[in-house]
Amino acid sequence: MTTISGTLSDEKEKVKSREHTPKPYMNPYLAGFGLGLVLLASFVIMGRGLGASGAFSSFIATTVNTVAPEHAAGNHFYAEYLGDGTTNPLKDWLVFEVIGVLIGGFISGTLAGRIKKTVERGPAFSSKMRLLFAFGGGTLMGIGAKLARGCTSGQALTGGALLNLGSWAFMMMVFAGAYMMAYFVRRQWL
Amino acid sequence: MNAPLFKFDSFGNEFSLIVAVIIGIGFGFFLERAGFGSAKKLAAQFYFRDLAVFKVMFTAIVTAMIGIFYLSWIGFVDLSLVYLTPTNLLPQVVGGLLLGIGFVIGGYCPGTSVVASSTGKIDGVIYLVGVIFGIFVFGEFFPLIENFYNSSDMGKVTLPQYFNLPYGLVVFAVVLMALGGFIGAEKVEKIFAKKSLEK
Repeated sequence: MTTISGTLSDEKEKVKSREHTPKPYMNPYLAGFGLGLVLLASFVIMGRGLGASGAFSSFIATTVNTVAPEHAAGNHFYAEYLGDGTTNPLKDWLVFEVIGVLIGGFISGTLAGRIKKTVERGPAFSSKMRLLFAFGGGTLMGIGAKLARGCTSGQALTGGALLNLGSWAFMMMVFAGAYMMAYFVRRQWL
Repeated sequence: MNAPLFKFDSFGNEFSLIVAVIIGIGFGFFLERAGFGSAKKLAAQFYFRDLAVFKVMFTAIVTAMIGIFYLSWIGFVDLSLVYLTPTNLLPQVVGGLLLGIGFVIGGYCPGTSVVASSTGKIDGVIYLVGVIFGIFVFGEFFPLIENFYNSSDMGKVTLPQYFNLPYGLVVFAVVLMALGGFIGAEKVEKIFAKKSLEK
């Protein structure tokens, strides 16, 4: 009996320590290669690349249309996502792809023991301020992505691989903007 | 030419949504594997501490770029049927700048924040709420900026077309550039690792 309970608690300890020390990240070149193959598969199977921000645009257009249909119909931005009204704008390829991203991230995170409720920030930065910055940064990103007709996935990755002129100009500007701003928000991260 | 499969009516709209979820799972899986569900890991790129963002992005771009180049060259994929976003240079340049600033302030981009949310990062969830709010703000102000949004319209144009260079040559140049970038990235990481040890 003692040996059985002994091995049981040993197992529990092992599980615990596994939970507390997540597996290291994948080699970046290998992860990039995997990501590139997923993108290539999307080109070959669907004739389109990956995206993220477009899914949220469909969501916003649907919400605005539900609350104020006339307002949405009179706005070319919402109207484009709403289409001719014959299909639900949420029954969209990008919306389903982003649901997949959510599942894929969760699967990988679970397998590696990286699921943890937390707020990521530098040691000298408060959680409250971090969440405020997250909201502000997200807002700027949302506006920027729409102005640029896509975000890091739709423009930089997808358009980058297709050698799209606008995507390459966009990508250079993303790095330029981030490096320009980095010094001023360093306390949040370092 | 057999591909893109969807454009040759290999399957219908309903099935394409199942494909969307499967491709999304692959996308999310590798983003998380790369460490892109972590804002600290992503932001480290902009302080030269960890250049994983650059390495992963450019490896992915080069992989897909070479793949689609050869698949179209052997006649398997009809490249003209792969969707290319039209270029509107000025709004894309301004949008890119805003997005970069938002990236280092918020710590994520839209795709990576979905992965962050799925692995329990509260800042990832709040960031997503911010993105949705930002798109709403953009939508509400759209009538005012519509002219700018549609300005400098260059249509669908690639680097080889714009610079009037052979497709293969530009692919080769990007591969060389990426390899140079990777060598540089490894050096920069070593320099900054030393610096933090000396402190």
